[in-house]
Amino acid sequence: MPAITFEEFWSWEAAANLLPEVLGAFFKVTLLVTVVGTLIAVSVGMLLAVLTQVAPGIIARPLRWVMDVIRMTPLIVQLMFASFLVPVTWDLLWVGTAVIGVHYSTYMAESFIAGIRSVDRGQWEAARALSLPQGRTWRAIVLPQALRATLPALGNWTISMFKDTPYLFAISVLEMVTVAQQAGNSTFRYNEAFTIAGLIFLAASLFTAFAVRRLEKALVY
Amino acid sequence: MPPVIRFEDVVKRFGDTTVLSDLNFDVAPGERVTLIGPSGSGKTTILRLVMTLEHLTEGYIWIDGKPLTHDRRDGNRVQLKQKEVAETRKQIGMVFQHFNLFPNMSVIDNVTEAPVHVLGRGKEEARERALALLDQVGLKDRADEHPSRLSGGQKQRVAIARALAMDPKILLLDEVTSALDPELVGDVLGVLRDVAESTDISMLIVTHEMQFARDVSHKVMMFDGGQILEQGAPADILSNPSHDRTRKFLDSVL
Ligand SMILES: Nc1ncnc2c1ncn2[C@@H]1O[C@H](COP(=O)(O)OP(=O)(O)O)[C@@H](O)[C@H]1O
Ligand SMILES: [Mg+2]
Repeated sequence: MPAITFEEFWSWEAAANLLPEVLGAFFKVTLLVTVVGTLIAVSVGMLLAVLTQVAPGIIARPLRWVMDVIRMTPLIVQLMFASFLVPVTWDLLWVGTAVIGVHYSTYMAESFIAGIRSVDRGQWEAARALSLPQGRTWRAIVLPQALRATLPALGNWTISMFKDTPYLFAISVLEMVTVAQQAGNSTFRYNEAFTIAGLIFLAASLFTAFAVRRLEKALVY
Repeated sequence: MPPVIRFEDVVKRFGDTTVLSDLNFDVAPGERVTLIGPSGSGKTTILRLVMTLEHLTEGYIWIDGKPLTHDRRDGNRVQLKQKEVAETRKQIGMVFQHFNLFPNMSVIDNVTEAPVHVLGRGKEEARERALALLDQVGLKDRADEHPSRLSGGQKQRVAIARALAMDPKILLLDEVTSALDPELVGDVLGVLRDVAESTDISMLIVTHEMQFARDVSHKVMMFDGGQILEQGAPADILSNPSHDRTRKFLDSVL
């Protein structure tokens, strides 16, 4: 059996030709979805976390059920479900972003809840001894400390979200992996197309991990 | 003048355990009272009840003659609304054994947080006053640092400044030097002596520092099993206790 030569496996020229298209899809879709999705997931996640802690049982308990259901069903099913539910005129890129954001908000909420519980009881007591109102206690004391404790987990969820963006193909959003595959179809240079897509994922994940660590350092007190 | 604190038939239970049963005592305005007694005798619980950190099982606590958490109306015991409790609580401050400073805020922000957000003081005004208080506790030059950079003794002095910034009528001190290295205790007690001399804040003090108790308090109450075993002037109780239990306890802490 003849061995595959490197030239057969990899062409720098083909890679250079594919790069702009794949990279374009990364910035226009994958990165956009992850950034906006993270913003949604962090803010909704924090809201859900606080609600489950302060709302009365008749609200908090159903909320926990809904969160559990979202976490225990596959993202791809939720994407398809939402795409059939919304009016046909809606841009599925944004529908997909919202679904991914809400999906991950339930994971982030669990991490936030753990962060909130990790705040020392003495902090609540000091706030009460100073007569600080509940809202102020949450905003100025508990959430900043919870957020700091949660930051590494949030970074990991963001990286997970990155890696889940290819599911957008299920609702026909042209994200990076789909674009790479189509480019491969038309040029038969699959190795280059998927290698580039994989390296971009790796770079983006490494960058995110690095950024989170910087953020952690900035929040040291 | 009504007593600044009055415990009337106070009962505190945790589940099935009765920690305080039918406790009665008064603290006069400006009076500094030291609570002593073996571990588990209920001293912390008394302070936490005054600070409304624990729920009052039975009885009444009156602050300046007004109900703290429960009122007697037409012979019935009724719980006050959160808002009413909050009004009274503003006059009470507490310093904890483990400081409980807010680690995410600078020293000065720890001190101005409540004056600004509870009393509605202006930022500038609150800052001036906080700096004066930090000066009083010897930490003015550390105002912009975070608490994590301070020693235990320095943290506790910030916690004292933080409590004083609310201009409390009542100050509760729960073993504020117990978590400190021995060489740091003196500075904290020095600050408290200074506060005792320069203000007329009423104080409930829990401490094992008997010389300090003797110097600053008007009255000492010896607790045992949630009851007052004996009380009186510091010189009498600390030098000539009438109960064997008190003598044994004093021997154990000296
Ligand atoms: N949250 C709690 N739950 C159950 N028991 C408690 C709680 N807090 C205090 N106790 C009990 O109440 C008693 C008095 O405690 P405490 O007021 O801390 O005493 P002291 O400060 O004099 O050492 C102890 O027996 C303690 O175990
Ligand atoms: Mg105690």
